[in-house]
Amino acid sequence: MKELFELYAAFFRIGGLTFGGGLTMLPLLKYEIVEKKRWAEEEELLDYYAVGQCTPGIIAVNVATFIGYKRKGIPGGIFATLGMVSPSLIIVSILALFLEQFLSNRIVAHAVAGIKVVVCALMLNTLIIMAKKTITGKLTAAVCVISILLVVFTPIPKVLIVILAGIAGVILYRKGKVQV
Amino acid sequence: MSVYLSLFIEFFQIGLFAVGGGPATIPFLIDLTSRHDWYTKADVANMLAVSESTPGPIGINMATYAGYNAAGFTGGLTATLSLVLPSIIVIVIIAQILDKFSQSRNVKAAFFLIRPAVTGLIAMAVYEIFNTAMFTNAAGEFQIPVTLLLICIGYYLLMCYSKLKKLHPSFWILCGAVMGIVMKL
Repeated sequence: MKELFELYAAFFRIGGLTFGGGLTMLPLLKYEIVEKKRWAEEEELLDYYAVGQCTPGIIAVNVATFIGYKRKGIPGGIFATLGMVSPSLIIVSILALFLEQFLSNRIVAHAVAGIKVVVCALMLNTLIIMAKKTITGKLTAAVCVISILLVVFTPIPKVLIVILAGIAGVILYRKGKVQV
Repeated sequence: MSVYLSLFIEFFQIGLFAVGGGPATIPFLIDLTSRHDWYTKADVANMLAVSESTPGPIGINMATYAGYNAAGFTGGLTATLSLVLPSIIVIVIIAQILDKFSQSRNVKAAFFLIRPAVTGLIAMAVYEIFNTAMFTNAAGEFQIPVTLLLICIGYYLLMCYSKLKKLHPSFWILCGAVMGIVMKL
């Protein structure tokens, strides 16, 4: 039980101290998990990251579940994940409660408008980094374009687009059209 | 159907199909606006602004905020727990077969095409956010030239100076807040 709460506390600190999630969380994870608690080796952590990026869900949560599960089985995975999401739940709920009132303050409204501009630039940056990593040739470029066209011109659910892309990958690999 | 059940179904699906972390949840969050009146497309930009400027993974912050808009604190709790549940299930399964999973060529082939498809979805999400939120100021007036110019300058700085790239995103958030106040955006 004590170790479960330690897992919860460690991931609570990580979740509460990083802005942005995903890769920005890596330095703090390294400090807390590898150096301080010695729950995993650095290479292991990078393996978890690699798998966490190509499995569904929030990367930070996937990594937390991995480490927690390795320490204490399924309860460990659950406690680590709950620790990771608790700061968000508390802070965002409090902010959401007051945001309407905040936004009626002119200065806050201007600040939020400014933050939105930065968020757009950051999103654009994320998109370009993702495009560079995921579009590696004609086939992947075609899949990206088809996915955009399906969103614009058809009511196909986005979930289905993800599933179809995965099935297409397996079929093309079996036919020898995709090298992995 | 109770709002909590809808939140569970929607966010469980998002958690299961958002491959690529936080940003991959955004296209699905925009999609929700066409099925539920929990928040509007324009709210998504406000949610992103809050999520980026508060600690914690962006995907989790977005889910908490979206759920909060739908049904208060318990709504945020439901949305967030539903979002992480598929992760816990999938990771626990994969942890048993980690080597087999990460070496499987079928898995690699599937993700080889899932990733560019998700990039396409995110491209559309970025377009939507630009479209619904960036082109208006706090007073709701059209202001495409100023914001677009600022985004371009910000992005140019970010890309051109490798030292700036290493700066923490919160630094840019702070710059944005100051800029918004000074320029009365």
